[in-house]
Amino acid sequence: MHITDILVTGEPIIYGAMVSMVLVGIALLFLLTYFKKWGWLWREWLTTVDHKKIGVMYILSALLMLFRGGVDAMMMRVQLAFPDLGFLNSQHYNEIFTTHGTIMIIFMAMPFLIGLMNIIVPLQIGARDFAFPYLNALSFWSFFFGMALFNISFVIGGAPDAGWTSYTPLSGAAMSPGPGQNFYLMGLQLSGIGTLATGINLMVTILKMRAPGMKLFHMPIFTWSTLVTSFIIVFAFPILTVALALLTLDRIFGSQFFTLTGEGMPMMWANLFWMWGHPEVYIVILPAFGIFSEVIATFAKKRLFGYNVMVWSMIVIALLSFLVWVHHFFTMGAGAFVNSIFSISTMLIAVPTGVKIFNWLATLYKSKIEFTVPMMWSLAFIPSFILGGVTGVMLGMAAADYQFHNSYFLIAHFHYVLIAGTVFACFAGLTFWYPKMFGHKMNERIGKWAFWLFFFGFHVCFFPQYFLGLDGMPRRLFITNVAEWLPLNVISTVGAFGMGLGFMVFVYNVYYSFRYSERETTGDSWNGNGRTLEWATTTPVPYYNFATVPYVDEIDPYLRMKEEGKTTYEESELKPIHMPSYTAQPILFMALLGLASFGLVFEWMYVAIFGLIGGVIMMIVRSFDYDDGYYVPVDEIKRTEKKARGL
Amino acid sequence: MKAKHLRNRWLGLLPLSLIIFLSGCGQLEMTILDPKGPVSQMQYDLIVYAFWFMIGIIVVVFALFAYMLIKYRENRPGRKDKDYDPNLHGNTMIEIVWTVIPFIIVALLSIPTVTTNYALEKPPEPEAGEEVKEPLVIHATTADWKWFFSYPEQDIETVNYLHIPTDRPIEFRLTSADSMSALWIPALGGQKYNMAGMRTKLYLQADEEGIYDGRNSNFNGEGFAAQTFKVHAEGEDEFNAWVEEVSSEAPELTRERYNELLKPGLTDKETFSSTHLEYLQHHTNEDMGYVVEQYRDLFKEKLHLYEIEKQETWK
Repeated sequence: MHITDILVTGEPIIYGAMVSMVLVGIALLFLLTYFKKWGWLWREWLTTVDHKKIGVMYILSALLMLFRGGVDAMMMRVQLAFPDLGFLNSQHYNEIFTTHGTIMIIFMAMPFLIGLMNIIVPLQIGARDFAFPYLNALSFWSFFFGMALFNISFVIGGAPDAGWTSYTPLSGAAMSPGPGQNFYLMGLQLSGIGTLATGINLMVTILKMRAPGMKLFHMPIFTWSTLVTSFIIVFAFPILTVALALLTLDRIFGSQFFTLTGEGMPMMWANLFWMWGHPEVYIVILPAFGIFSEVIATFAKKRLFGYNVMVWSMIVIALLSFLVWVHHFFTMGAGAFVNSIFSISTMLIAVPTGVKIFNWLATLYKSKIEFTVPMMWSLAFIPSFILGGVTGVMLGMAAADYQFHNSYFLIAHFHYVLIAGTVFACFAGLTFWYPKMFGHKMNERIGKWAFWLFFFGFHVCFFPQYFLGLDGMPRRLFITNVAEWLPLNVISTVGAFGMGLGFMVFVYNVYYSFRYSERETTGDSWNGNGRTLEWATTTPVPYYNFATVPYVDEIDPYLRMKEEGKTTYEESELKPIHMPSYTAQPILFMALLGLASFGLVFEWMYVAIFGLIGGVIMMIVRSFDYDDGYYVPVDEIKRTEKKARGL
Repeated sequence: MKAKHLRNRWLGLLPLSLIIFLSGCGQLEMTILDPKGPVSQMQYDLIVYAFWFMIGIIVVVFALFAYMLIKYRENRPGRKDKDYDPNLHGNTMIEIVWTVIPFIIVALLSIPTVTTNYALEKPPEPEAGEEVKEPLVIHATTADWKWFFSYPEQDIETVNYLHIPTDRPIEFRLTSADSMSALWIPALGGQKYNMAGMRTKLYLQADEEGIYDGRNSNFNGEGFAAQTFKVHAEGEDEFNAWVEEVSSEAPELTRERYNELLKPGLTDKETFSSTHLEYLQHHTNEDMGYVVEQYRDLFKEKLHLYEIEKQETWK
């Protein structure tokens, strides 16, 4: 095979991307060498098992992916608003909407939320790390190499082009030959290992490692949402793993599960995909609900209204999320009875969701609302999400869905719920916990600019799309070739650029705040309004999190601790702290599996076998690894805490 | 104080601008909101019925939201001590109310949804006083990226355009020769999938004469955007005359010609005085893989659709 068979050639935009990737790569290598940071990078980050650092790496990767997915979106919007430019041809457009969808869900929304969970959940429950820190690092690196593999597809081999749903038979070997679709399969498979492991890890951490006295119904609501989410992950992700494996067997080894030949069943893919895919929607929305609950309670300076109901509604949503998958293909002809059952189960989800909305509103009742940036993202979520929610109910009515399906009405709906829900929550959560992570707040004034640009851009972008759908514009159409659709598409594109601008201002704020923001001196960063344990630690958080873990027997334990003058540093109770050792095994293990996946993408079996054998060896190495970690001596804890607390 | 008054007045204009925006869109005459047959009418009625509930929900939530934000913001002048109750955390009565009301709404939405779900699986019923007409059977078959419409009773077949009589139910029998696609004529009613190895049924009917847009709405690869067709809905006599003309003048669809047409790619409109149904039954297990087996190599080639688009052959 010659090199020109592998590299994607003939597209000026892709040449541009290649050049800029190479330049950025060289710049990074140069900076690391110039500032002599290689050792620091390896020791402090690449081999870390610290949940906080892993969380930061998740979030950085997710922001990078938000950029990549956002650029894809901009390119689509330019193409649709100016169809005469000839900016993208059909093939290129198809690749872009496929990578946009896949990246935003799998490599942006989930890792962003998992990053926040990584950092915050152990702090909220008074734990010193995850239950399985080694596994946590493994999860991150599986996600990272899966992401890297998926992302190189557009310069090497060709990007997948069958939509993020990758429906068979289109995505099978016959109709989508070449490595593109394999990138999708292997990228998702590899990162899926990590997601599943994280689900188990978080579940065990929350169930087994809570602070003494903390019952399940004392847990902060974000931790609750994480627990419910990890159950969904553990039940849903194996379905995706199996579906991806079957399609991989079809494409690479010639089996006929989803093919048109050999009596395959292409429709089975749609069923398997959505049996995972619908719960997946709730994997990215429930943690968002958790974040909004925390932020709203904090800046309303009031206890969350209906805590128990909030928890139960999340559990009900999680259960229902497994019972609605057919609503993604009402039009497959399953018949009136099946469609009616799934219509009703779909609409029922609106009940617990509606209850949550009213609970947030009731939390605001008789409160003292302070309009900080995280609060603004959270408040903006309520009316915006309602617009997505009610149209979701309309889509759930099967008979009406025959008209909405595959149209821009659907596109508008799920962007309304996913952006107003998940993306707003990511921004809210990141800004809210930013001081905990980096020791300084993000600038409020610039943050508000970013918020308003993004918020207005979002509505201007997606509100018109409901009407495009009602006018019969189908999704995934590479060209606006009906004159009546053009004006609304132009408006939509203007909005998209507003969002892009908002994102850029947000990123600029990261830089600006790093340079100019006041450094945090207390752990309770938001004017002393913290309610849960993460605010009880010092900022920056010591690597062992809590010098002494407080006894907890209520919701919002930090409020009482402040009243009673208690801290997480009770000198009399200090004991040596057991911590896990850093290790290079996870990154090496996953790099080898990444290599195996890369081999499978191009069907180079020797590379794949080499990588897989390497993976097995890494497992054996781990089995004979007797490193049980180390103890932090009391003296060192005292020194660290005194410095951090200015005692 | 004056500045604040002004700001409130501007806030009051927000809903007004929404109304202007919505009415502006109303003038666009959106296809789905302008039904041309009983099926799209049923779906339109259901959408509008649901729409009023949704507007109700939106109004309630937006009003509560605005009230909370204005009344309970921390720096509102004239805040009183009783406006703050940090330990208020539940009220069983009101929580029951806002759980039961959504249940009632779901129930009220479910009833017409279920009845319409069932109604869509039958030919639309004629209006009172009109005779019941047997549905006209049309086999709609897709192949990348074109449409075949076979009329078995009339023994004719068209490619990439469709003629139907008005005021008579049409029973589409949908299948595909290769990728999954969907028949969607928004003016006449919602879509259903065309799948190889499967046959789905879709009933539609046109009440008004006219030319409507139809398309494949389910993404199926490079030529997706070009997989459209026009629906010519005309009176019964006119339709019969057209059938007559096609039967006498159009050539027969030979197996060779049909094989040629099945190749992945785009084609123009064509008309034949026989159907492909006698050679190939794409919905059967025997024939579902036919195209893929025949043209495996052709699927590897790219179309470069922009060039084709410029010729406007398919606009």
